[in-house]
This record gives sequence, structure tokens and C-alpha cells, in this order.
Amino acid sequence: MKKLLAALAISLMSFGGMAAADYPDRPVLLMVSYGAGGATDFQARIVTIPAGNEDQLGMPIAIINKPGAGGRVGWNWFATEAEADGYTLGAYNIPHFIAQSIKGGVDYSKDSFEPIANWGADPAVFIVGKDSAFNSMADVVAYAKENPGKLTFSGAGLFVGHHIAALQIEKAAGVKMAYIPTKGGGAAAMKAVIAGDVLGGVNNLSDAFRAREAGNIKILGVADLERNEFLPDVPTMKEQGLDVDNSSVNFRGIMVPKGTPQEIIDNLAAVVPKMFEHKRVKQRMKAGGSPLHIMTRDEVLAMWEARQKTLEELLAGL
Amino acid sequence: MEFLFHFGEVFTLTSMLLLIGGTIGGLILGATPGLSPTMAVALLIPFTFQLEAVHGLILLGAAYTSTVAGGAVSAILLKIPGAPANIATTLDGHTMAKKGQGARALQLSFIASLFGGLFGVFLLIFLTPVLAQWALAFSYSHTFWLAIIGVAVIGSLESSSVVKGLLSGCIGMWLATIGFDDIQGAKRFVFHPALSGGINIIPALIGLFAIPQVISMFAKGRFDTSVEQITVEKHPIGEAFREVFRRFRALGVGTVVGSIIGLIPGVGGQIAGLVAYDQSKKFSPEKAKFGTGHSEGVIAAESANNAMVGPSLVPLLTLSIPGSPTAAVLLGGLIIHGIFPGPKLFDTYPEVIWPFINSMLLGQILMCVFGIYIASFAARVAQVPQSVMAAIVLGLAVYGSFAVQQSMNDVYVMAALGAMMFFLERFGFSAAPLVLGLILGPIAESNFVTGNQISLAQDGPAVYFLTGTLNLTLIAIAVVSIGYSLWSEISARRAAS
Repeated sequence: MKKLLAALAISLMSFGGMAAADYPDRPVLLMVSYGAGGATDFQARIVTIPAGNEDQLGMPIAIINKPGAGGRVGWNWFATEAEADGYTLGAYNIPHFIAQSIKGGVDYSKDSFEPIANWGADPAVFIVGKDSAFNSMADVVAYAKENPGKLTFSGAGLFVGHHIAALQIEKAAGVKMAYIPTKGGGAAAMKAVIAGDVLGGVNNLSDAFRAREAGNIKILGVADLERNEFLPDVPTMKEQGLDVDNSSVNFRGIMVPKGTPQEIIDNLAAVVPKMFEHKRVKQRMKAGGSPLHIMTRDEVLAMWEARQKTLEELLAGL
Repeated sequence: MEFLFHFGEVFTLTSMLLLIGGTIGGLILGATPGLSPTMAVALLIPFTFQLEAVHGLILLGAAYTSTVAGGAVSAILLKIPGAPANIATTLDGHTMAKKGQGARALQLSFIASLFGGLFGVFLLIFLTPVLAQWALAFSYSHTFWLAIIGVAVIGSLESSSVVKGLLSGCIGMWLATIGFDDIQGAKRFVFHPALSGGINIIPALIGLFAIPQVISMFAKGRFDTSVEQITVEKHPIGEAFREVFRRFRALGVGTVVGSIIGLIPGVGGQIAGLVAYDQSKKFSPEKAKFGTGHSEGVIAAESANNAMVGPSLVPLLTLSIPGSPTAAVLLGGLIIHGIFPGPKLFDTYPEVIWPFINSMLLGQILMCVFGIYIASFAARVAQVPQSVMAAIVLGLAVYGSFAVQQSMNDVYVMAALGAMMFFLERFGFSAAPLVLGLILGPIAESNFVTGNQISLAQDGPAVYFLTGTLNLTLIAIAVVSIGYSLWSEISARRAAS
């Protein structure tokens, strides 16, 4: 209720007389373009816990969800309607929003937003059901070579991290498989694998880690440059001879709309990474099996730039 | 029987306070239009950070149970369903309230909720491993056919004619296509940026049900100064209990249908009440009374939507697959405490999970007790003059629509749909089938699209959608359901002529 009231108060307040000097003097909103309960929403709630502390932002951050169409609804809103006054932050997912903007049909691009800081990096992994005959990526590729277009594998939609990983795997192995985008995010894609609706799937490392702990799936490979601390026994795609880099890793962080005053951006860029370092954030993220990966504004700017290039090349053929 | 050993943890001071607080709070949140169970649980999650895992889950469990039941209050008294789960309750519940039987309708709905809810939680306790496999058996083609069964229900719902019911459903399904398509990301019918997010179900629900009411109330106040007041007669509680037992058929149908639908991931409790309402109408010898303030309608709808709560947690707890939006939020609440659902959950965290489930059992009872207590205030609600009531409902409608995602766009959508519904009602269309179309459209569409893509990599759509026992059974139910509706309408016409 407190959150709701805070949010209500924000929206009812007038915008006059705002000075960057006393920023923030009221609670701040963080727009998440995925539904409540999803990985992005859940992590956003964790990393913003300390915001209200005096030595942090000094004001609580309230989450609002604007889910739909793989994040397009929320980011469209953020690019076109959100106030650029520092009181409306947004959560970004890379490569999702950049890939979508390259594909077109949305009102945003990399240049519509200003990154503040990155909190997490969730690599995509290739998973199969616990009873699957596949035990390595080599098995998967061999099956796909024999049965072109027949190997069904699920992922959380088109032009999201999972789809990028799927495209990269197909390209690296030189095979054609049947990528099945599901509605309902990573959870729906995971259900398809566990229930045997599809032969395999691409999913988030954090969700796959928990599903493997529960004994539901096998994880065959990580689409990242190095092995992950949560899954030290799972080899990367590269180790298994597939030339797949970290382009599909789902980077999550905070951004503001273009046009936000520079002082506020600088202020946030200094404060927010410290908030992610807070020991309660670290503890909760670890407990949830969610890899923490803190990057400053400058690092994120460079990362966005690099992603834009790789994704343009990868998606050129589609 | 292991759950019996964990009742001790529920009867501690903190747990009981949270359970009582969660239940009362949940009833109030549930009764507020726009605050769905999903939102109520999402709002509570931050509070559970400060609590121990057990206590946090007890709070969430109590809130989930009671918000679902609380939605019946506004459905009955104001004809605004608190959440999609309560749509069916408006059909007979509000008609009863109009006849001065508001207190009776509320008592029946809470008692029916209690029995449905207890049955659902007992299923969760005793049959979880079996049910988990069952939930997984539902693949895309099956969920698609299930949605089609829902569409078949539309025809026989509330409208005087099957054709108008189906047309209302079509309008709802068309409205559901507005916005970005979820899989391809293509824009459909987005004539204004405000619509790019599509029509959100909660504002639509509020608009379609509340606004025509408000318009009528204001209009009456203007043209007819001697507005007839709704009166609420006191109703003895023992009588209500006896009545629920007398209506055993409705209670049984509601409970069983609600449990089955709750189990299936992706369908959720949104349609449990409506399907149960429709089925118990078909099984009842007093079909004609449905929609005229018949107690069976309320009992079936409310037992179904609470029966779905327990089974909806089965896929979540055993497979870590959230079957409904509320379950997805609960999953977040579990993970935040480092508890990963899965087959080993009951072995690894018995000291957390069993008290959680036990608290849902107790929560059902508390919900019923406090709910009936709230029902005794129903008379006061009815004493509010209609012109004042219209203003209050309008305020709640605007607030409820805005609160979903703090967006004025949702308020405009709510108002526009409401105005549209006011005129549609003049022509014999009704809101319930329209909302059902709005809910079922996306379920049918996305499952068809995904199933189709899988089938193309296998033996083609015909084999994927039209073979297999489960597919054929579901198709048969859909065909029988439509056939039965048409037949009963035709025979009713013949009898009339």
C-alpha cells in the first residue's frame, strides 16, 4: 500500500520548482517492462531495497510494471511518455531493446536512453529435459544436422536474449533448428522443456540453475565468454566448438530517458552503483541464484555501443 | 499426513497476527475494484523482505486466499467484479442484492468459498505429485482447446440469445488483439500510442461492469426523484449454511471445475468461476432461474474461484512453473528467501512449506468468518443514496484503473469501454461474455501460434491439434457444450410459441 500511495503522490504532484540540487526530494519510480514475478522485476525489487537509506539515494524507489510484447510496450512508454526529470527511471535489458530497435516497429533506439548503471548479467544457457538423450551441445548439433528444421527448442520470444543465442548457435553450428518463441517469458519457455513439448530450449542461467537444482532439466552449455560461478561444471559454447560470444547475455540495469538534466544523470551514476554494492543486495541476489554484475555508466555506454554493432551484423540477414 | 505436525508453527503469536492481518487486509484489498489478487500479493512482497521466510509466506498465502474471496463483495453489492475471477458472481449475486438479499448472497459466497477453498488446499496437500504430472500433460494444443471450450461457454452466458452472447464474445476477442502482438511484436489496431500496451484486463473489467451502472444511477437520480432504495434484509447465518448444503450440486460442480482449471498452467483462475457457473447451470433442473438471483449461481462461481487457489500452486511448488500471474509473484516471494520450488521442496524446507499450506487452510476459515462479519455491514452500503453511490463507484473505478500501472491511459480506456458497454447493454448484449472473450482471445491465440510452430517441425498442425485422447476429449466437450446451448434455446423458443 505504501508503494501505491507513494506512486500516487508522485503522479499527483506538480512539476514546478524542481531544482537538481535537492534531487531527489520525493520517491522515485522504476519502470520494469516485464510483469511482476519475472526475473527482471524480481531483481529490480532486490537491487532497489537500500534506495531509501540516507547514505544511498535517500528516497525509496517504487517499481511499476508495464509488461507486453517482449518489453516493447514498456520501453515505448519510457521513450515517448516518461518525464525526463530523474523521477522516472527505467530498467533496461540488453540485448532485448537494442535488437528490437534494429528490427524496427518501435519508438526507441539505443540513443533514446541514458544508462545509469548495470546490476546484473544473466547468460543464456541451452537446456534439455532431465530424461533427454542429449548430453552435450555436440549431441544437439548432430541431431539437428540429421533432422534439419526438426529440433524444436523454446525461448522467451523473438529479438530477446534467448533468440539471439538461438541465432548464434544455429549460425555457429551451421544447422537449421526450429526456434519456438513462447508467450509468458522464461517461465513459459521452461515449462515447455520440462513438459517435453519441445526437445530443448534456451533459458536464463538463473532460472535454469534453480530448475536443475530441482532435478527437472540438464544444462548443456553457457552462451558466455567464461564459465559461470553458479554452474562451474557446465562448459561454454566456445569450449564445445561453437563460436558463440556473450552477445546474448542478458544485461540488466537502470537508465533514464534522454533529456534528463546532466547533473541528475551524474548524481545517479555516482550513487546507484554503490546501492548495488550494498551487502543486503548481494546477499539476496546470491540467495536467488541471480548473478550480480555491476558496471558504471561509462562501462555500460561502451557495452551498448558494442552490442549495437554485433547485433546489427547478426540480424542483418533476418 | 505430515502437514498435521506443522500446525504448531502456525499457532505462534507472530504467525497468527500475520494470518489475521493478511486475511482482513486481503478481504479489503480484494473488495476494492482494480486490486486483483496478483497486485495484492505483489504489493505485499516488499514487506516479506523484513520477515522470516515462514512468516512472509503465511502473509502471502493469507492474502492470496482472501483477496480472491473479497472480490465477491464488490461483485455482489456494486456489480463490479474485484478481479476477473469474480465475474460470474455478479450474474446472480448482484441480482440477489437488488432483490434485497445482499446479505444472503454474501454469506453464501463466503461459505461456498470456504468449502471450495478447503477442498483445493486438501488436493494440494494430498495429491501434489500426481497432479503435477497432470498439469504437465496440458500442452499447447490442449490449452488451445480448453480456451475454445471457454468460448463455447460464452454462447450460453447471461445473454437472452446464443448469437448475441457469441457476438459479445467476438467483440471481446477483437479488443484483445489491440496492441503489440506478443510473439512477433507486430502492432495491431494501435491508432493511438495509448493503446500500444493493449487493453489491460483490469481497467476493461471495471469499465465494462461499473460505468454502465454509474450512468444508469446518475440518470435515474436526474429523471426520477423517488429512486427506489436497495434494502438489505438481515439473513440468519445458519440458514445460509443449510442452503449451501442443500445446493450440493452447485457446490460440487463449482469445486471440481475450479480445482481442475486452477491446475492447468496458463489458464489460471480467471475463467474458473465462469466455466463452473455455466456447467452448474447445465446440470441444474432450475436452469431458467440462473441470472435472476439464483443462489446456485453464486455458490458455483465462488466455490470454483477459491477451489482454484490450492491446485494453482501445484505446478509452482513441485515444478517451479507458475501457473497463474499470482503464482508468478509468489514464486518471486519464495526465491527472495532462497527457497527454490521443485520436487524436493517438501523434503528440503518442510518447516517453511507445511506451515505455508496449513496457514492457507486456516486462512480459508478466517476468511469465511471475517467475510460474514463484513457481510453484516452490507446493509449500510445499501443505505447510501444512489446519487452518492454513483459518485463513490465512479471514484473507485478511476482509482482502480489508474492503480494497475499508474497510467491515465488505462482510465481513458476504462471510460471509453464503459460508455460503449452502456449502449451495447441497451441492445441486449452483456458484459460477462465480452470480458470472457477478452481473456480467452489471447490464450487461444498464443497457444495456437506456438502449437502451430511446433507442429510444423513435426507432423503438421492437423496431427498436433486433432489427434490424441486429450485433444479429442476437449473437442468433444466443446462441441457438446455449443450443441447443448443451441438445443436448449431452440426448445425454449418452441415451448414459448
